[in-house]
Amino acid sequence: MTRTKRPVHKAFLSGNEALARGAWQAGLKVACAYPGTPSTEILEALATYPELDVQWSVNEKVAYEVAFAAAVGGVRSLFACKHVGLNVAMDPLMTSAYTGVNAGFVIVVCDDPGMHSSQNEQDTRWVSLYAKLPMLEPANPGEALAFVGEAFALSERFDTPVIVRMTTRISHGKEDVVIGERDEVTTLALEKDFRKYVMVPGNARGRHEVLEKRLVRLKALAEKTRLNRIEEGTRSLGFITSSVTYQYVKECYPDASFLKLGMSYPFCDEKIRAFAKSVRRCVVVEELDPFLEEHIKTLGVRFAAKDPSWRLGELGPDAIGPIVRGEQRKVRQTKSRPPRLCPGCPHWATFSVLKKLGVFVAGDIGCYTLGALPPTSALHSCLCMGAGVTFNEGLRRAHPDGPIVGVVGDSTFVHSGVTGLISAAYNKSRGVIFILDNRTTAMTGGQNHPATGLTIRDEPTRELDLAALCRACGADHVDVIDPTGNLKAFEALVVERLGADALSVIIAKHPCKLIKRKL
Amino acid sequence: MNIETCNVVLGGIGGQGILKASEICGWAALYEGYHVKKSEVHGMAQRGGSVESHLRFGQRVFSPLVNRGGADFLLCFHEEEHSRLKPYLRKGGRDLLRYLDAARKLVVQEPRALNTAMVGVLSRELPIGEAAWEKALETVFPPKFLSFNRGVFFEARTMER
Ligand code: SF4
Repeated sequence: MTRTKRPVHKAFLSGNEALARGAWQAGLKVACAYPGTPSTEILEALATYPELDVQWSVNEKVAYEVAFAAAVGGVRSLFACKHVGLNVAMDPLMTSAYTGVNAGFVIVVCDDPGMHSSQNEQDTRWVSLYAKLPMLEPANPGEALAFVGEAFALSERFDTPVIVRMTTRISHGKEDVVIGERDEVTTLALEKDFRKYVMVPGNARGRHEVLEKRLVRLKALAEKTRLNRIEEGTRSLGFITSSVTYQYVKECYPDASFLKLGMSYPFCDEKIRAFAKSVRRCVVVEELDPFLEEHIKTLGVRFAAKDPSWRLGELGPDAIGPIVRGEQRKVRQTKSRPPRLCPGCPHWATFSVLKKLGVFVAGDIGCYTLGALPPTSALHSCLCMGAGVTFNEGLRRAHPDGPIVGVVGDSTFVHSGVTGLISAAYNKSRGVIFILDNRTTAMTGGQNHPATGLTIRDEPTRELDLAALCRACGADHVDVIDPTGNLKAFEALVVERLGADALSVIIAKHPCKLIKRKL
Repeated sequence: MNIETCNVVLGGIGGQGILKASEICGWAALYEGYHVKKSEVHGMAQRGGSVESHLRFGQRVFSPLVNRGGADFLLCFHEEEHSRLKPYLRKGGRDLLRYLDAARKLVVQEPRALNTAMVGVLSRELPIGEAAWEKALETVFPPKFLSFNRGVFFEARTMER
């Protein structure tokens, strides 16, 4: 397999678009994802290349498995998600590290330091350590394009999934990027390899050994690879850094020396030691968790790291001076305007009724989470995808007759609400679950899902019937109603269902204002 | 800071077309031959919340974000967001807020074109030639919206100072 050919021209691309371009250039065939800010545009960009097989899967676990299996089947494939999406895919991920791949398989994960659009700011670098998978970290869109090609090559050379970690500022930053042409890659044979692909204990023990040995070889590579680059500058000050943080530090200290890590796991211990010794003052600068710091501490070299207060939030050029001087993070109180539901959003109607009834609303992830903020202030929990359904059950186990309901979006219900509903019916739970069916995945910009009846490329496909699905799950009552049409009738229905000793689903169906134009 | 770099901060609230405005500027800088970086946030922030976009171009740009007190130009689309964005402006930097009203008047028939009008206002301050702006408009707007937006852009560009 060959690498990128000579560049043909420049384009103005976001990190997500550049990564998609790089994957396409590297001969990618199959890509799967579930939408999630800031990763969504990767699949959207890939869908514009007609030769690729690209899909919105119902959730990250499914996406991971389909894409991974395609790689086992012999074609280069890719799975993309946001940091919290990776949690959903952790089950297949951990064991796929054992089996290894056949053709190249790349996991792209976009972290969201600062939580611009997320429920937590977990640092995915730990996953590489935990799963024992190599991780590459581009520092800008140009590197996103280049590194994904490197990732495919590494994946095949070492027979392992490879993680490419991006952050919001790389995914959603744009710059001029040199682009190239596509390398066609031939499909590899699908082999029946019982010891490699059947992870029963007897085989997994052997594969664990393969994994540990692979890690040793990857460590040797980390020492040599040009992905981990030393930039010689002044001897008085040197930085060890990675990702977009490198750009901030370079901007502020252009004359310093740098060890810029493009491969952040496994660690390049010898290179780090040599670099730290080569400068009078060595500072490790990284966003979020002390991932590099904790490891470098074990190497017995002298270095400085950020004050722990900087583990919160995203960094920026203004943070670098204070970090280098060892100062604490000062929280600046800027009054930014909070987001809210669009004017004319169908969720207003539903929330106005729920607010009036004064019930505890177990929420979920989507635009409707904004219902928690003023002026509606009518949503009282939000934990993770699908929890609108399961919170209703759990809270009712504590307060069997409590005025409690659950809300979940259409896309979110298909993602992971449906399993909670089956479990609730099976375990004789009661209550009312609202599926706020706005006919799209609105929060991430309006992506299709099974219940829209359209694919990622807007082609018609089999449409999932949500009402029939809920009945099949075992709900006693399933009503489909447009809450915006007749608020009185909607309220009457809600009151009636709340009063019943039953498990009810009310599908509040009205298209999102923003996608209406598309329909 | 690299003094040859030009730093612009654009800001307002979701739905005002700020990301599109910085997109036009980014392409124009690219066509003029600069190295360009642009940074913004999608998702939650776009539901009517505060939106800001940072644009930097020059010979060599590292940070995708402008630091506080580092912006040469501030293009603010909403009065209420101004106090939040003002600290980005450097001493002697140009605050283009005073053109906001005139820009609004220009697009009174089609308020959604406010972003194009504001870019027109900004365009005369930046070291980017007219040909690059023309090409940028062609790149960003689909054919059916191009001539209208080009009209707005040039009207704003030639607006009284
Ligand atoms: S994008 Fe759609 S669903 Fe989300 S707040 Fe706006 S109208 Fe409502």
